[in-house]
Amino acid sequence: MRGKKALLALAGQPNCGKSTVFNALTGASQHVANYPGVTVEKMTGSYRYDGMKVEVVDLPGTYSLTSYSPEERVSRSFLLHDKPSVVVNVADASNLKRHLYLTFQLMEMGVPLVVDLNMMDVAEKRDIDIDTQELSRQLGVPVVPTAIKQGRGKKELFKSINSVAGSERSPEPFHVDYGSMEPYLTEIENEFSKNGVLSKDYPGRWLAIKLVEGDNEARKLIREHHSTPGKVLEFIENKRQEFESKHNEKPERHIAFSRYKVADTISRSCIKPRAVSKQPLSDRADAIICHKFLGPLILVGVIYLLYYLSIVQGYNITNYTWPLLAKIRSITESFLPAPGFIDTPLVRSMTLWFVDSINALLNYIPIFFILFGLIAILEDSGYMPRMAFILDRIFNRYGLHGQSTLPMVLGGIYIGGCAVPGVMSCKGIPCERARFATILTIPMLNCLAKVPLYVLMINIYFAEYKGPAMFFISTISLLMVLPVAKILTRTVLRNKDTSPFIMEMPPYHIPTIRGVLGRAVERVWIFIKKIITIVAVIAIVIFILLQFPGLSDERKAYYDTEKDRAIAGFYQKIEENPYAEYVQGGNLMALVLYWDKYKNAKMMAKGKEAASAVNEKFKAENPAFFTIVQPKRDKEAKSVNKAFKKLFSARKKLLREIKKEKIDNSFLGRIGRAMEPYTKYAGFNWRVNVSLLASFAAKESSVATLGALYEQEVEGESLETRMEKGEKGFTALHALALMLFMVLYPPCVATSIMVKIQTGQIRWMIFSMAFPIVLGTCVATLIFSGGTALGLTGLQAMIAFYCLALAITIGTGFIKNKSKTT
Amino acid sequence: MNLDDLRPGSECLVKRLHAHDKLGQRLMDMGVYPGLAMKVIRNAPLEDPMELELDGYYLSIRHEEARFVEVERR
Ligand SMILES: Nc1nc2c(ncn2[C@@H]2O[C@H](COP(=O)(O)OP(=O)(O)OP(=O)(O)O)[C@@H](O)[C@H]2O)c(=O)[nH]1
Ligand SMILES: [Mg+2]
Repeated sequence: MRGKKALLALAGQPNCGKSTVFNALTGASQHVANYPGVTVEKMTGSYRYDGMKVEVVDLPGTYSLTSYSPEERVSRSFLLHDKPSVVVNVADASNLKRHLYLTFQLMEMGVPLVVDLNMMDVAEKRDIDIDTQELSRQLGVPVVPTAIKQGRGKKELFKSINSVAGSERSPEPFHVDYGSMEPYLTEIENEFSKNGVLSKDYPGRWLAIKLVEGDNEARKLIREHHSTPGKVLEFIENKRQEFESKHNEKPERHIAFSRYKVADTISRSCIKPRAVSKQPLSDRADAIICHKFLGPLILVGVIYLLYYLSIVQGYNITNYTWPLLAKIRSITESFLPAPGFIDTPLVRSMTLWFVDSINALLNYIPIFFILFGLIAILEDSGYMPRMAFILDRIFNRYGLHGQSTLPMVLGGIYIGGCAVPGVMSCKGIPCERARFATILTIPMLNCLAKVPLYVLMINIYFAEYKGPAMFFISTISLLMVLPVAKILTRTVLRNKDTSPFIMEMPPYHIPTIRGVLGRAVERVWIFIKKIITIVAVIAIVIFILLQFPGLSDERKAYYDTEKDRAIAGFYQKIEENPYAEYVQGGNLMALVLYWDKYKNAKMMAKGKEAASAVNEKFKAENPAFFTIVQPKRDKEAKSVNKAFKKLFSARKKLLREIKKEKIDNSFLGRIGRAMEPYTKYAGFNWRVNVSLLASFAAKESSVATLGALYEQEVEGESLETRMEKGEKGFTALHALALMLFMVLYPPCVATSIMVKIQTGQIRWMIFSMAFPIVLGTCVATLIFSGGTALGLTGLQAMIAFYCLALAITIGTGFIKNKSKTT
Repeated sequence: MNLDDLRPGSECLVKRLHAHDKLGQRLMDMGVYPGLAMKVIRNAPLEDPMELELDGYYLSIRHEEARFVEVERR
């Protein structure tokens, strides 16, 4: 057996432990969760056992192998075309009958099979006593009992796999007897097997069964490979009708029912009858968890806890991790060329911008880690399907799905979420249309990064109604998400597949620490790998758009003269001063940097001791500079200090003016200005435009850019006062329009990438960015132009809009859903 | 009588599936077939969906889907 290679596929119904088996075999750490449909695409890994190198493919869980759902098509086409040398059919021992239904279908496909009868521990706990030898005898394939979570039966499984993969002969498969259908099957098989190609590549009986079931993919096979497809297909259609009229039953029904009948007989003969069936613990728990009144209460509690632990407590942790990131920044800074008096080297400003952008995202990692850990607990415990069960009624009305609950919670259904994990967790929603509707609307919820702008606006323009204004902005997003989801499902998503809700409610499990931590780490890693790289690129692009083309030579010359004048003035003032010799030539810039560093260090130092330590350090570094910075009683030093302070603030002013002029003049600034004629109806001037454009990389930067645009006139003046002063014409109505636009702001780069990953198409990513822009502009225009025309105040407009949104939400809730199900 | 007419606590036998295509297939694949005995466990707090027990496992299903399952009371 040495040096042999094998391809192994894991197949089975959802939630029976395939991924757990996969991890046990390969030592990998794949997504495992206690709800059906976690693995939606196939995953690969490999291991070596007793000289055999085995490539393992974890297929998505499927209840059956028809061609209705994408997962079933993926699994089926893998089994047919990749010809695995062994297929491990993982089955749930506590639920044998239903799992045999799939086992039969696998056997019909003629693949070499090992049945892994998993969850033996659960079966034992429920007093289900299975005679696995008898089962193996009846099925004609090896049956290995395992409780793979505890590692039980792993070795036997390895051995069984090797012996099936190593043996050449394919065993005579067990046949389900389809009774009155059998003659039809034989006839159909004979009909198409006259053509050699098909029967060589595909098991004849299987193809006959699929054709009589009316399976689309099987018909396609005939069309592609048969020489006279039209004739064959017509023959089959006639046979189908003949059967239906004779037996008053659709052929596909008859086939499914026959499988269940055989499964029932086999499972009865292999399971010793139980003494008494007691009510399982999970059901007793559900009596409380899904209770009419307690259920929703518990749900609110769970959601609150999720928020509290991740967003609130996670945010507190960032207080400790932020200094680490700041440290990274300052270390980077120390390697960069020092800034000049008024011109900062490009490498420096670009690198720092880059680090700042990345840091802004890295700062979320503690929050994400806790969040992902908690989600893993929810997933493992089995609470997720209950959440879906409780809320499906509401979400279903708006074209969403019970399982949209978690993504919505993560996206920030009240205030403070993040669209990235929200979109990421849409994967489990089984109905395609609802999944798309959820993915597309999540970015409209209130992510953490939108909050600073809200706070800024509310503090300036709604200062007297802070509470109500905050409530408005926190809840309005949901009132827009629901109708928008509904509208999307009725329009662009109209043709997406829907699927029935029918969902298994798995028994509760106790999550394992290892599983939970593993998954949290893994998801954070995905975030870092997939998101941060692209954000880095976009950050650079935005930087370039904000910095270039830069100042004209003329303006540069102007600023140079200004600089020279300020410096000359300074030297003149200290001409006779003994300290003047310390600040000649290059030393002047050194003092500027020293001064800056000292001020920063002093600001960071908390308490008397720390402050005096800073003093000692700077004194040792440069005693003469220190005396200038801290002149105490030294008269001459004092006058240098005074003159220098003036010079220092003159420099700051110049820097600020340059920065502003650069942005004014930049590509982004020009775009912002070019848009002003249109955006003015929404109440946005060009500065607001620029800050909105710059927010695309990450919304946090909206406030930062506004900060740069509304320069400080007085040291330490807050942005609130600056904006108020800088924008005399700005009213609460402007602010409201801006806030609502922010609610509807297109997904940030990170989220857009997630949308692309989850929808699999760039098209949808672009759509997810385009429609919020249109919608946001409409809403902002409605607020601003409409409000102005009606002479409403900001508060009145706010109330009016809230009522409108509420009415639309309730109204759209009554429109009937059109489903494509039946 | 159809499945969606049943109140929580009632037990029934499946007589026939009236759904075609996807819903019918899905029902069969999840183990709902004529002759099967099942029990309605509860309705969700907002009435819809409903939870069923069949053969020792639990399914939730919307009323609009349960409508297509013809049953008789036991
Ligand atoms: N008690 C017990 N639980 C198990 C066993 N094997 C797996 N589980 C649990 O069953 C749940 C489902 O396991 P997964 O490995 O995610 O199942 P899956 O078949 O990959 O599911 P999908 O990807 O959704 O098709 C998890 O909570 C596992 O921890 C077992 O042998 N005994
Ligand atoms: Mg899985």
